[in-house]
Amino acid sequence: MKLLTHNMLTSHVKGVIKGYPLIIKATEVKVNELDFNAQFVSRMIPKLEWSALIQAAEWLGHSQNLPDAVVENYENNEEFLRKVHRVLLEIEVIEGSLQCPESGREFPISKGVPNMLLNEGE
Amino acid sequence: MQLLQAVDWMPHEGDDVTVQKALKHRRVKHYGYEFCYDSNNVDKDKPLPGGLPVECEAVLQRCVADGHISVLPDQLTVNQYRSGQGIPPHVDTHSAFEDTILSLSLGAKTVMDFKHPDGRCVAVVLPERSLLVMKGESRYLWTHGITPRKTDVVPVSETRGSGVMTSDLSNLTLSRRETRTSLTFRKIRRHPCKCSYPSVCDSQLPGSPPTVPAADAEAWHLESQYVHQVYEQISSHFSSTRHSPWPQVRDFLLSLPAGSVLADVGCGNGKYLGINPEVMSVGCDRSANLVQICKGRGYEAFVSDALSVPMRSGICDACISIAVIHHFSTTERRRAAVRELLRLLKAGGRALVYVWAMEQEYKNQKSKYLKERTAGSSLEKVEELISEENKSRQQKEGNKCADDTDGHVMPPRIKVHTNRTAFLSQDLLVPWHLKANVDNNKDAVSAATEAPVFHRYYHVFQQGELEDLCLAEAGVKLLRSYHDQGNWCVELEKTQ
Repeated sequence: MKLLTHNMLTSHVKGVIKGYPLIIKATEVKVNELDFNAQFVSRMIPKLEWSALIQAAEWLGHSQNLPDAVVENYENNEEFLRKVHRVLLEIEVIEGSLQCPESGREFPISKGVPNMLLNEGE
Repeated sequence: MQLLQAVDWMPHEGDDVTVQKALKHRRVKHYGYEFCYDSNNVDKDKPLPGGLPVECEAVLQRCVADGHISVLPDQLTVNQYRSGQGIPPHVDTHSAFEDTILSLSLGAKTVMDFKHPDGRCVAVVLPERSLLVMKGESRYLWTHGITPRKTDVVPVSETRGSGVMTSDLSNLTLSRRETRTSLTFRKIRRHPCKCSYPSVCDSQLPGSPPTVPAADAEAWHLESQYVHQVYEQISSHFSSTRHSPWPQVRDFLLSLPAGSVLADVGCGNGKYLGINPEVMSVGCDRSANLVQICKGRGYEAFVSDALSVPMRSGICDACISIAVIHHFSTTERRRAAVRELLRLLKAGGRALVYVWAMEQEYKNQKSKYLKERTAGSSLEKVEELISEENKSRQQKEGNKCADDTDGHVMPPRIKVHTNRTAFLSQDLLVPWHLKANVDNNKDAVSAATEAPVFHRYYHVFQQGELEDLCLAEAGVKLLRSYHDQGNWCVELEKTQ
């Protein structure tokens, strides 16, 4: 699971009001080098919950010293975009779990795949 | 002559050595085991003491010598048809008898009609003193019957030989039916049938076929057993059959602006996740095995149910739901699946939805699904078959309802569909024949079991049904709807 995916995920446990962001409890994290595409990263930034991304990167110990807020004119700031690229697309959680911040329900991550299934009626 | 004389049609007092009955349309007598017409089966624990008449021995030994059979039959049914009598089309019960069935025609010739479930009909002349050998597809899948009539139209050249009737009308003659006696030899089956025609095999029908669910909990269990568990077990074979993206889905994906966020809800093996590299694609599927295949291909995917996708509302520029919603077994659940797609979309976002169509033939074009099997059979025949089968099913159901007269009406059982044929009802179980050789994964089935069959539940959509389902939700605009290779498809826009 990349952190871009994590940024879009939320808890869907019935009755939960604030299920975001899901707490990452990682036991195995990998970094996969990928080609840098400045345009693609720029286009993703407005779709992100920035604070959740910073939080997630910190949980994994890969914060890259990213600022608490998106910088201005980021489209032209390659250094910034490269850091975002790394956090969004290159860092992957392989094993561990995601935990709903409100209900405490945990969802396992195995071989890079979060299993978000709920039980019947849950 | 010896054989004909051996059949003693005179009733005897207290005769328990053989069983003889006068059916509505013919006389019948059983040796070895009685065939019970109520259950369409034999009581395998109650052999008739007489066994088979010794007079049959020579003929049966010759069948063994000629390689028609390897084991001697232990059941004989003698039918006597007078002129004008016949037998309705049927397949001999799979669980009752082994593969090869021998039928000896004595006294007179007749014409037997064979019918494939896809509508193909073949009439075969059975001359006097000929042996009919039914095995494999002709024994298990095709029905056979004799139309009750007093004359047959047969080819002149074949009045003495046997053969398949062709459409050559030049050389035909009228043949009067005389009294024909047939001796049908069968071997009682001691183990469940494992033929490759599960849709017509009583041994391979799911234990008790499920009924169309009324309540949500029932629906959940039905889908769990007949959708989720099945995909989990067939995942690697299924994935190996799903490689080429459908062109119109591909076009939709390529039409998305760069930087769009796409959710493929029910992504299967992820064949659409990499189509447009300028788009952030995330897939989800109920099957963990299929999601693992996506991950192996380098795509982002997670395991989730299409009714409860754990993604933020309004995050997606586009969603696709390809061949997913037809697996939900109530209207409410199908609607909820559409609602969930709309929840994921931002205002102005678009969704593409594909579901399997009841109409596998549209604007005189057969879908690929039908074409792959039924090339050559005419539409008329298929339609004729459909109405015929519906009739007999309705009759059967009528009988069933009459049996269940303890106050409540039983919901209908979901029928098993015969692959590559027209759909006969909207709710059905579609067999999946697992190929063990492509299955080098640790999927539930070991190579030792031969071609196991799984049944997937489907609700096939009628024309207009998908539009109605989607437009029942608020804040949605229909951009287009179309029929694509046996699927009903809609493109939606979220307006608010």
